[in-house]
Amino acid sequence: MNLDAHIPAGPVDEKWERHLQHINLVGPNNRPKYDIIVVGTGLAGGSASASLAAQGYNVHCFCYQDSPRRAHSIAAQGGINAAKNYRDDGDTVYRLFYDTQKGGDFRSREANVYRLAQLSRNIIDQATAQGVPFAREYGGMLANRSFGGVLVSRTFYCRGQTGQQLLLGAYQGMQRQIHDGKLKMHPRTELLDVVVIDGRARGIIVRDLVTGEIQSHAADAVVLASGGPGNVYFKSTNAINCNASAVWRAHQRGAGLANPCFVQIHPTCIPVSGSFQCKLTLMSESLRNDGRVWVPKKKDDTRPPSSIPEGERYYYLEERYPTYGNLVPRDVASRNAKLVCDDGLGVLGEGSRAVYLDFKDALAENGRQVIFERYGNLFQMYEEITSESPYETPFRIYPAIHYVMGGLWVDYNLMTNIPGLYAIGEANFSDHGANRLGASSMMQCLADGYFILPQTIGHYLHDIFKDKVTTDHPAFAQHEADVRGRIDTLMGIGGKQTPLALHRKLGETVWEHCGMARNAEGLQQCLKDIAEVREEFWNDLHVPGSADGVNQPLERAGRLADFIELAELMCLDALDRNESCGCHFREEHQTRDGEVIRNDEKYGNVSVWEYKGKGVDHVKHVEPIEYDLLKPITRSYK
Amino acid sequence: MIALTLHVWRQDGPNDTGRFETHHMTDIDEDISFLETMDLLNEQIAAAGEIPITFDSDCREGICGACSMVLNGRAHGPGQLRTTCEVRMRQFNDGDEVWVEPFRSRAFPPIKDLMVDRSAFDRIIQSGGYVTVHSGPKPDPNAIPISHPIAEEAMDAAECIGCGACVAACPNSSAMLFTSAKVNHLNLLPQGQPEKISRVLDMVDQMDTEGFGACTNHAECQDVCPKGISIKFISTMNKQYRIAALVEPNERHGRLESQ
Repeated sequence: MNLDAHIPAGPVDEKWERHLQHINLVGPNNRPKYDIIVVGTGLAGGSASASLAAQGYNVHCFCYQDSPRRAHSIAAQGGINAAKNYRDDGDTVYRLFYDTQKGGDFRSREANVYRLAQLSRNIIDQATAQGVPFAREYGGMLANRSFGGVLVSRTFYCRGQTGQQLLLGAYQGMQRQIHDGKLKMHPRTELLDVVVIDGRARGIIVRDLVTGEIQSHAADAVVLASGGPGNVYFKSTNAINCNASAVWRAHQRGAGLANPCFVQIHPTCIPVSGSFQCKLTLMSESLRNDGRVWVPKKKDDTRPPSSIPEGERYYYLEERYPTYGNLVPRDVASRNAKLVCDDGLGVLGEGSRAVYLDFKDALAENGRQVIFERYGNLFQMYEEITSESPYETPFRIYPAIHYVMGGLWVDYNLMTNIPGLYAIGEANFSDHGANRLGASSMMQCLADGYFILPQTIGHYLHDIFKDKVTTDHPAFAQHEADVRGRIDTLMGIGGKQTPLALHRKLGETVWEHCGMARNAEGLQQCLKDIAEVREEFWNDLHVPGSADGVNQPLERAGRLADFIELAELMCLDALDRNESCGCHFREEHQTRDGEVIRNDEKYGNVSVWEYKGKGVDHVKHVEPIEYDLLKPITRSYK
Repeated sequence: MIALTLHVWRQDGPNDTGRFETHHMTDIDEDISFLETMDLLNEQIAAAGEIPITFDSDCREGICGACSMVLNGRAHGPGQLRTTCEVRMRQFNDGDEVWVEPFRSRAFPPIKDLMVDRSAFDRIIQSGGYVTVHSGPKPDPNAIPISHPIAEEAMDAAECIGCGACVAACPNSSAMLFTSAKVNHLNLLPQGQPEKISRVLDMVDQMDTEGFGACTNHAECQDVCPKGISIKFISTMNKQYRIAALVEPNERHGRLESQ
């Protein structure tokens, strides 16, 4: 497997500029000769499709939703980072790079992260020009808030709906291109295979989710922007249809999968309650900006929070991490919530797993109107779900699966190891290392889609247009037959269990053993459990109805089949990475007060897994990480 | 725990006439959501060897706009400022009957059961619901100050999630609330000024072409809107439309074709 990252030479702050000066381009007159497939219409896929179509390429865009505007980027709440230094509080490109690299516990590529920090400023400019209504101060200037893991105020926001507004910006750009005929949208369509011909990605096989028709689509390049696989865990903050199928099928066709065990657990979610729940709701981490996290000092304290006096409250983040306080990074905040709950201090009844997030002081200081403008919809959402008003009583929160840092391996141009196959946004692995800081996923998606991919894709395309492939190529018919065979198998198992029931089983074991804390024994157990679920899946699955037309259980079954395989690889990767770093907390490697112990010598690298066929062990490859600008330090937020 | 009788709209396809199908459910936890109850019902249906009910849903936190059910005659069901996925079972009483229907409108053709085709909304946006910009370097946002109240009002309009409840609730099946939200979001901001005339004219024309009805001030749309979009935006859109219609076509600073 060729893992040359193609990082340009030169000092890190000049690499991107130099790269742009030297890569090949496709001229405006030639761009209409190329077809590009984009799978997914979130911030990454939406911004990439709009940008590529505006440049003149023919873009064919696919999403499983009924409209590209519904992709799950829409649910991002709190904000987007940019090193604008509007507050004059010492922010610079270097500091954003530093925060991201340190936040990721030194497991990401310096050149990529530095470029991300540089481009962050352009994103705010771009989005504003599209009409994204960022919050403004009374003088008309852009407002900022701060976010976990940093000491500056660099986060831009649109109330608690920053993701929706940024996505609508990209969506509106796409709609314009659709109107002009440069972009062909295929909603309610799901990718089922990637077609690789002579070592190059040449197209995809999809299923029309309304008619059930299996279709082939050929192109000169394929861009996967299909998001992350957080739903492996069944209960997550992802939308219920988010899936790993595009990523996994690309992996089966030869694309390396990097660091699959790096999974982010978001600290501020609404705790699990009720017996039947398939979705966890996240509330923006920006709440930690003004809210204070605490639990009662006394075990099993049944008093209502308002009658627990100050002296009997344990503000554990403020006490353990005086410098960052409630704004420690997500992995630290999540792990500490788990620790206090393990100690029996949880606040949701017996054996409960929840902590308080209290706005009492912020309300007293700023007044209700200010807090409403900052967080109004989050307060409303919480009240809807729990029937408690956070204006009156503290939020109760607990961590939940939220984002996956691992993903398809890509080089500096965002191309996977299969020429012509690109991965952008959460689908790739490149920028967040072992832990992602808040407000940086949207930054990465939009940097990839607006500014990086549209510039680098020409370098690949410039010399292949004489070598067109159409869907008449026999490889397409063969892939279609594979896909049909697989659907027939799923429909014909004729067992008793629904995909939903099996998915819940899978999620329970992966959350237990490959979640916030992992150890070798638990991971081995998890592998056994996964094998059992696989066995049940292929022998006792029940998919009602027919494959000709809308069949939601069939969609779910196909996704689950891929989740099962991915879950296994996640556990293998977690077992193999015998160190703790960022979110990956191996209990064997911790300090006395529960902080992570990294092993840079042995694991200062990216693990890239190669698929070798059904029932054959994956092969691990390694891309070393070079630390030119920033030597790894022990990550401390004390 | 409560028990419910659900009368759910079943329709095999666009050409099927459709019918209500009655299901009884017991031991429903009041803390779960209505869509989780529908998931449970589907498990029950699958276990009985029948075909589960098809319905749209995705984020299940009230922001993607996919879920679209009419519960007991009200788009998105009981309560205000809610999408269907945000309805909790504590909204119902033990023994209640619930009638579950899709969002009905001539402009939203049925697909299957509770799933309808809302692509008309996308085509309204395609006709002008954007600011024409390419990707690339842009001026610093602070070079164009926007006053706090204007930014907030634009944001009030921009909150629309495109679910279509406004259409389902309107006796005329009008899409005026949806269209006016996008027109006002962009026309309030300085970035939206150059194309404001063609935007309002083209979007309203497209809305008519799609077969949505006219607004006769029932305000049902505002009542069911999960994001609380105000009907004041409809009146400002009407005002903008009248002004725009007076501008001679060759003087309408509109969209340029792609270069």
